[in-house]
Amino acid sequence: MFVKNKWVKLAIVPLMAALVLSGCGGKDEGKSGDEGVLAQIKDKDKIVFGVKNDTRLFGLKDPGTGEVEGFDIDIAKALANEILGDETKVAFEEVTSKTRIQLLNTGKIDAIVATMTISEERKKEVDFTDVYFDAGQSLLVKKGSDITGIDTLKGKKVLAVKGSTSAVNIREKAPDAKVLEFENYTEAFAALKSKQGDALTTDDSILYGMVDEDPSYELVGGTFTEEPYGIAVKKGNEDFVKELNKALKALKDSGKYDEIKDKWIKANN
Amino acid sequence: MDFSILTNNIDMFLEGLKNTIIASLIALICSLVLGILIAIFRIAPFKPINWLGTAYVEFIRNIPLLVIAFFIFLVFRIPGLAAGTMALTIYTAAFIAEAIRAGIQSVPKGQMEAARSSGLTYPQAMWNIILPQAIKIVIPPLGNQFINLVKNSSIIAVIAGGELMYQGDLISARTFVVFDTYIFVAMFYLVLTIPLSLGVGQLEKRLAKNN
Repeated sequence: MFVKNKWVKLAIVPLMAALVLSGCGGKDEGKSGDEGVLAQIKDKDKIVFGVKNDTRLFGLKDPGTGEVEGFDIDIAKALANEILGDETKVAFEEVTSKTRIQLLNTGKIDAIVATMTISEERKKEVDFTDVYFDAGQSLLVKKGSDITGIDTLKGKKVLAVKGSTSAVNIREKAPDAKVLEFENYTEAFAALKSKQGDALTTDDSILYGMVDEDPSYELVGGTFTEEPYGIAVKKGNEDFVKELNKALKALKDSGKYDEIKDKWIKANN
Repeated sequence: MDFSILTNNIDMFLEGLKNTIIASLIALICSLVLGILIAIFRIAPFKPINWLGTAYVEFIRNIPLLVIAFFIFLVFRIPGLAAGTMALTIYTAAFIAEAIRAGIQSVPKGQMEAARSSGLTYPQAMWNIILPQAIKIVIPPLGNQFINLVKNSSIIAVIAGGELMYQGDLISARTFVVFDTYIFVAMFYLVLTIPLSLGVGQLEKRLAKNN
């Protein structure tokens, strides 16, 4: 009897802990979402955008000034200018591929402008605006590597970032490759540089930023997926999506969009 | 709670559990050996060796484990799980050394003096007289270190080591069911740490009885 009791106890403790923890979660989820996001934005007269802080050309924090800079940042500012009439009425929160949907759904950020691909899977979780940038997944390797494209990855180690579509895609397109996933692009690139992998895969736009930083690396094999970037907002905020789409269209019509794109995305050769 | 997360991804969870157990077990044994060695360095009656032990403890325990793990991963270029296990060993050894040193030094000085004057050499006195007394004092803090070690192994997730936390990251990223995924991850950790905790408690009781 004594032994039996002990094992029952052993099994019960984790189970209880799990139940207690899941109880906490339920309460948190119900809190936000009473008022539409657009109404909240108009109230506080500010839009909080979730942006990358580690992605060259799109959203990169300048250690000198502490400011985040990049294509996504300028787009976010221009959108705030269209919607609230002033491009300084923005706040930026750092997100990663892993954290962004969670931060959006808990109301910490109003919209995600963070190199986020529109996918069917994600459409179940968030609402997307129209495409604001067209990227495609590619491979980054050290110059002189024997990898020439997606079909030469057999038995190779490919580095990706947790929570990104490219991590899912590469497993489908190159099932014989070993995929290692890191927290963010900086760490994944650091791992590539110290030869912890043979190639790094993500959107070409992000990879160009890495080549810009270290020209001894190059893109190979062209793009093998289409990665249309969209701005994500919390589900059920059609009015906010419409407002963002209207603002995007206005930016494209006025030439402001091209101006921003030319500023950041130079050599897509 | 969404139990389909557990059943649909059971392979990944078990793979993670396996790697966490491997990393924890190896790190536990190696850090104990390394920790004892450093503790001996710290109390040895020879100053330069003392300094070496002190330098190790003060240097390693004041650096975050995450930094040690990244350093080993990027500099020694070994796979994530191996680099993580090595980092855990080096890091935990510093704490174990401190626990053991404190235990040995809490045995009254007179014990060593009495042993030496009855003709035992220093190693003999240490092994036969001091250590058996010290071990009882050392068991509870050592147990704490072992439990910390198992939990700290979650750091290996950031260098793609494939243990529990890493698998949890991947599952939550694929399914978007973040909260429930990490609850299951927590449960798997409890499955490892609670028996460890109880085991240390039993050991403590048994040693107390022998007194």
